[in-house]
Amino acid sequence: MAAPAKRVEQLDRVVIRFAGDSGDGMQLTGDRFTSETAQLGNDISTLPNFPAEIRAPAGTLPGVSSFQVHFADYDILTPGDAPNVLVAMNPAALKANLADLPAGADIIVNTDEFTRRNLAKVGYAESPLEDGSLAEYAVHPVALTSLTLGALAESGVSKKDGERAKNMFALGLLSWMYSRPFESTLRFLERKFAKRPDLVAANKTAFQAGWNYGETTEAFSVRYEIKPAKMQPGTYRNITGNQALALGLVAAAVRSRLPLFLGAYPITPASDILHELSKHKRFGVTTMQAEDEIAAIGAALGAAYGGALGVTTTSGPGVALKGETISLAIALELPLVIVDVQRAGPSTGMPTKTEQADLNMALFGRHGEAPLAVIAPKSPSDCFHAALEAARIALTYRTPVILLSDNYVANGSEPWLLPSVDELPDLRVEFATAPNTEDGRFLPYLRDPETMARPWAVPGTPGLEHRIGGLEKADKTGDISYDPANHEFMVRTRQARIEAIPVPDVDVEDPDENAQVLVLGWGSTYGPIGAACRALRQRGLTIAQAHLRHLSPLPANLGEVLAGYEKVVVPEMNLGQLAAVIRARYLVDAVPFNQISGLPFTAATLESMLEDVVKNG
Amino acid sequence: MAETIALKLTAKDFKSDQEVRWCPGCGDYAILAAVQQFMPELAIPRENIVFVSGIGCSSRFPYYMNTYGMHSIHGRAPAIATGLSASRPDLSVWVVTGDGDALSIGGNHLIHALRRNVNLKILLFNNRIYGLTKGQYSPTSEIGKITKSTPAGSADSPFNPLSLALGAEATFVARTIDSDRKHLQSVLRAAAEHEGSAFVEIYQNCNIFNDGAFDLIKDPATRDEHLIRLEQGQPITVGKYNVVHPEGSFGLKVQEGGTPIVHDATVQDPAYAFALTRLSGSDLNTTPIGVFRNVRRPSYDEIVRKQVLDAKTQATGSPEEMLDGLLNAGDTWTIL
Ligand SMILES: Cc1ncc(C[n+]2csc(CCOP(=O)(O)OP(=O)(O)O)c2C)c(N)n1
Ligand code: SF4
Ligand SMILES: [Mg+2]
Repeated sequence: MAAPAKRVEQLDRVVIRFAGDSGDGMQLTGDRFTSETAQLGNDISTLPNFPAEIRAPAGTLPGVSSFQVHFADYDILTPGDAPNVLVAMNPAALKANLADLPAGADIIVNTDEFTRRNLAKVGYAESPLEDGSLAEYAVHPVALTSLTLGALAESGVSKKDGERAKNMFALGLLSWMYSRPFESTLRFLERKFAKRPDLVAANKTAFQAGWNYGETTEAFSVRYEIKPAKMQPGTYRNITGNQALALGLVAAAVRSRLPLFLGAYPITPASDILHELSKHKRFGVTTMQAEDEIAAIGAALGAAYGGALGVTTTSGPGVALKGETISLAIALELPLVIVDVQRAGPSTGMPTKTEQADLNMALFGRHGEAPLAVIAPKSPSDCFHAALEAARIALTYRTPVILLSDNYVANGSEPWLLPSVDELPDLRVEFATAPNTEDGRFLPYLRDPETMARPWAVPGTPGLEHRIGGLEKADKTGDISYDPANHEFMVRTRQARIEAIPVPDVDVEDPDENAQVLVLGWGSTYGPIGAACRALRQRGLTIAQAHLRHLSPLPANLGEVLAGYEKVVVPEMNLGQLAAVIRARYLVDAVPFNQISGLPFTAATLESMLEDVVKNG
Repeated sequence: MAETIALKLTAKDFKSDQEVRWCPGCGDYAILAAVQQFMPELAIPRENIVFVSGIGCSSRFPYYMNTYGMHSIHGRAPAIATGLSASRPDLSVWVVTGDGDALSIGGNHLIHALRRNVNLKILLFNNRIYGLTKGQYSPTSEIGKITKSTPAGSADSPFNPLSLALGAEATFVARTIDSDRKHLQSVLRAAAEHEGSAFVEIYQNCNIFNDGAFDLIKDPATRDEHLIRLEQGQPITVGKYNVVHPEGSFGLKVQEGGTPIVHDATVQDPAYAFALTRLSGSDLNTTPIGVFRNVRRPSYDEIVRKQVLDAKTQATGSPEEMLDGLLNAGDTWTIL
């Protein structure tokens, strides 16, 4: 068949959202599209949105699952505020996502699903495809299901398997529209259905049919191209925050030459770290699914006492349960990494939604004066480096470290410039092997003058038998002590040794060098804050951006940085927890800007807020 | 045995330099002395022995043992010890806990450690009271117990710790008494030889808040009529009575005459050991001591370690090379 000639348009960026029922395979479709896009060399940022229920009734609003991918020919910082293209596999997917679409957006709908019954399920009296309500959008009606089944008529697969392949039809169509290379998807299908050659063939056929549909029908007159982005040379891979975090922990085990022991209790959105680490036993990784979060951290602490790199991964409710054991680890001065993938609270809150509301708990949420180190990754791939940094601090300074990730970075993905293994930090530690006093005694709380860390004397070391515990310890000897002066000394020492951990200075991005306003963020808000600042600068406004990775201790230069600006704005996905710390500690009139919707900031929200501050003070 | 001689350890070697601070007359002293005297028999170097405890009078125990030790937090010792034991198969890990520590705040960890069959020796000092917090009733106190927190008598039924342990799939379950050093040490010996979790309940007198709780089975005037000594291969009797399995009944019964059953702790079906634990209620009227159950099942430690070892053996390349492979896995692309 002779294909009509198609116009090719160049774009610099596109945001596509794939939305469907949770059974429609939208996460997989989005993942594949992302992978094809990565192969092409665009910069990418993605964000999935899962329904809270595992299998909400089919075709209902709570059952909608979506995956958004933003790709561009320049470096981008967020998964995009609003989709330019929505792929809606059923009426529920259309209804749930329509409000996010700007006028003029393309909507590709699976018309086969727009039945009276499905429309009624989500409260459409009339089909929106027919009542004119979508007039401001470019709607592309495609009978995705029947076209897929038609293409598979000869294939011999069941009707059910055929229907299931409709996501590949959609992927083929979108891959054609955006000129994506598809070899990796074909390879993927071969791997995924290795045991079912009939399904490999069916899914490939469906993909090809979708592609051909774009090429041959008149419904789609334009094809788009997005040139590769200029990215640093090197090998890349697309990665989510949770995956990167798990790999960072494996890297820490390799670079420290220590066995890794993970104690965890399943909880959204942290479970994927447990799943990932449980696959890497060959690196000496032991994972234990404990009976609860208290046991999970207890086992990790027990392993750390025995000389392992002890890690526990959880979300806010789990950190609350772990509090008493974290205090014990602080008293024992043992290395331990506690990962909190934050979600919206309080209580069960919104488990699949994001928030930064555990900062106070990380910094202050324990009994007694119980200081520890806190760090937060700023993007999905940064989770790798943040995990290594958490392990480095824990091992070098013998302290628990809380790593504050959140649902946004944990499930989002971006291209990751793969580090070279030899350039990763060397995390080797020395266990104590001999007495540490001149008269041949072993004092478990005699500190290294440089790191203020006490010796890590693991059971099995002859001559160093000693007892430790949660009761207050006498300086140096570690014997139980109720001496008032000793307690005062020990409390102050525990605080001082955390504050003395050297952390890198905070960098300020102030290209015009004359900004009056500094926007200060931490953790996952880096992307939207950065995108907002860029947009303002492009419009001729000046603004400075600083982003904190280390929240305890804070960088030594932070006070000076803050003092250099007339106005400091602190956007957070909480009610102002970092802002309160900044105000208390530096007596700076930091202005909080807060959003607690369970959704990440959009760059547009921050841009308009910051524009107002820059212009009106 | 050769190693024992080479080690030449004595009870004194297991005494730490810390002053023991229990109330004078407390049953914990007798247990400590019995354990310290028993330890050299293990023929394990001191540095490979670790005592982990929770919180309570009993949980001060590790401070007095010249081994490695951790006095942790209330109820959590089994969890902490699980992480230690699973990652350090070379160690002999002992847990010391109290009735409140193990059965109240730490109940969850105890049952899961037993279910997993972690290679831990768990010594539960049961004084049927909260000692350290000065005398509240505990989950093993008899119903109606009058204490500071229950002036009108406690309203809740106690646990039978051994029945609970068996319900949690424990592979080794035993009971002994603080004041009977010989028996205590024989039970420790059997526990130490057991691979997997060994659960030992030790009746311990708190002479301050619950004095005489176990007198019925300690006092020479009464004990012979109330104490049942379980011995492998021996008929089970108490005074002039026999422990029998009446036809058509699920449990065991103490009665005059009949054929006493012959004790066998290795019976796989836990129903037998369970029936033994039900011979006594909190009235101690017919209380068995000794090893109730002693069966073999792979320990959590063994299984977990094997998985890691197998994965390591199948792997090729240095850890750094493997890491490089892991980071570069999946769909990658290169920008020149
Ligand atoms: C989280 C927590 N809750 C409460 C306590 C107070 N507390 C310490 S020991 C104890 C009970 C101890 O009873 P048991 O385990 O029977 O030990 P015993 O003192 O009788 O040997 C309690 C409630 C604590 N230390 N920690
Ligand atoms: S209170 Fe009771 S259990 Fe505690 S030390 Fe004193 S006698 Fe022993
Ligand atoms: Mg007690």
